[in-house]
Amino acid sequence: MLEKALSGNRRYWGWVGFLIFFIGVGFFFYLRQLDYGLGITGMSRDVTWALYIAQFTFLVGVAASAVMVVLPYYLHDYKVFGKITILGEFLAVSSVVMCLAFVIVDLGQPARAFNLLLYPSPRSILFWDMIVLNGYLLLNIVIGWTVLDAEKKSIPPPKWVKPLIYLSIPWAISIHTVTAFIYSGLPGRSFWMTAIMAPRFLASAFASGPALLILLCFILRKFTRFNAGNEAIQALAKIVTYALFISVFFILMEIFTVFYSQIPEHMHHFIYCFAGLYGHYGLVPWMWAFVVLAAAAMILLVNPRTRQNETLLGVACVAVFASLWIEKGLGLVVTGFIPSPLEKITEYSPTMPEVLITLGVWAAGFLALTFLYKIAVTVKEEIEA
Amino acid sequence: MNHSRRTFLKIMGLSLVGVSIKPGFEALGGGDSPKISRYPERLVGKRWAMAVSPKKCPSSCRDCIEACHRAHNVPDFKNSKDEIKWIWNEPFRNVFPEQEHDCLTEGWRRKQVVVLCNHCANPPCVRVCPTKATFQRKDGVVMMDYHRCIGCRFCIAGCPYGARSMNYRDPRPFIKEINPGFPTRTKGVVEKCNFCEERLAKGLLPACVEGCKEKALVFGDLENPEAEIRKILQAHFTIRRKPGLGTRPQVYYIV
Repeated sequence: MLEKALSGNRRYWGWVGFLIFFIGVGFFFYLRQLDYGLGITGMSRDVTWALYIAQFTFLVGVAASAVMVVLPYYLHDYKVFGKITILGEFLAVSSVVMCLAFVIVDLGQPARAFNLLLYPSPRSILFWDMIVLNGYLLLNIVIGWTVLDAEKKSIPPPKWVKPLIYLSIPWAISIHTVTAFIYSGLPGRSFWMTAIMAPRFLASAFASGPALLILLCFILRKFTRFNAGNEAIQALAKIVTYALFISVFFILMEIFTVFYSQIPEHMHHFIYCFAGLYGHYGLVPWMWAFVVLAAAAMILLVNPRTRQNETLLGVACVAVFASLWIEKGLGLVVTGFIPSPLEKITEYSPTMPEVLITLGVWAAGFLALTFLYKIAVTVKEEIEA
Repeated sequence: MNHSRRTFLKIMGLSLVGVSIKPGFEALGGGDSPKISRYPERLVGKRWAMAVSPKKCPSSCRDCIEACHRAHNVPDFKNSKDEIKWIWNEPFRNVFPEQEHDCLTEGWRRKQVVVLCNHCANPPCVRVCPTKATFQRKDGVVMMDYHRCIGCRFCIAGCPYGARSMNYRDPRPFIKEINPGFPTRTKGVVEKCNFCEERLAKGLLPACVEGCKEKALVFGDLENPEAEIRKILQAHFTIRRKPGLGTRPQVYYIV
């Protein structure tokens, strides 16, 4: 089936070329980073994880969200999702590829990455994250590919794939839970020390991932003959709505706990990112952009009339994706380091090379996604024809 | 003929196994047997710890810092972003934020307090490291293997004291004078105070302790009832940084 990714019209190749250009630019700056060190980024002694790890965290969520189409289809026999299950699985594959790439570009000594395997350390959450992420990648490649191949041959998928599908459901939950544990188990990082970190991660994942999936379905319908169907899109929209409301609810719970208890260490981080602390306001505009976008999305999504209007649904999905990217992909990681354990404020802003490397990884992920979707859509078009 | 040949081969095989196992046994079971050390005078302890008397520190004194950073090839980048430090001064209220209040004496309010890795008895950095590049010795010293570290910086996130620094760029051009007795680091690895394990192995006290003219730093084995540090901790009221986190820091401050 791979060959189907290699034939397309001029617009397809234009898009592929556009992505390859950004991959090339990112790769060039990554070579610079390898040469100079991570000092080429905006990270500092105090803020030691930033844009890269934030993308990683956010994208683990996008990957996990595939479960939101897999679960209704396979556990509840919700046939409407039959057509888009493969899209969810392939979105998971490309998201995990991006996650792994972001971890690699964040390493100070990437050539030693295999020390993770040479000296396995089960007490480290990163060890488990490596296992669950690679396992999830493998599961989704095998499941997606096998089911699609069977579909192409118009035969039912082989029996052995069913247990794998069932396994992939808790496995999806596990990747985001383990990723949350990276943060929530650290003494002295009070911003992250919350037992609802994993539920929070999952809720925001189940909003941002399906929001992206809706947008991808719109794009596919515009440029190919693939139509996810109105019912599937509306069902996804309801998932996004619930997950976004739960996500915001969780954040409000954090704010209550932190400000009613009045523990300074816990309050400082929230004050820093929403109001600014000791004259430092770096994240304030971002966090309020999150608030405004999330509020707008909630209004558009909760109202059935606006949710059923496809243009407004598209706008809402962009707002959901952008707002949660800010909240999780920027605010959550960076704010954990501000103020520092020594009560100092070192602000962070990414450098140009850092942004371009980040764009390069996103472009690589979208290239993988483009190829996978091209294959899936072509197979489905051929069946219909 | 055939029979004796088989017996011979058997004996040969067994002795080969024995020869190859013996060094392994020695390495594993060598805990109690006397070992030959290049430095028979090396300092041996069960739980190394340090007592700091900030009251003895003259303001703007940097003797311990300079002694340490010179001994360990710590670079000076002249900017706070890439900064690497093993031991340094911080205002009292930053070191002990939970102790600050409006009526704190003027002396403590302005006091600079020496901070370094606490060599926690329950170190979160060791727990989170995915390659065991940071590990704890039996005598409590929390160590770094600069050749194994992959530079993921999980240990920095895990450390509640800000004791660790990342080599964001090649440190070597920024070392004033290289001490050939201690390795320099490469870019992309994390480093921190090592309680001068390389000096303990030679029977020397840590460089910062030796470099302090005011005797503000006392180093020793807390498990040894005769050790000076033990007596100091029994005679003075001491506090530790963020004891509520359960890390059991081994740097004690006399206040």
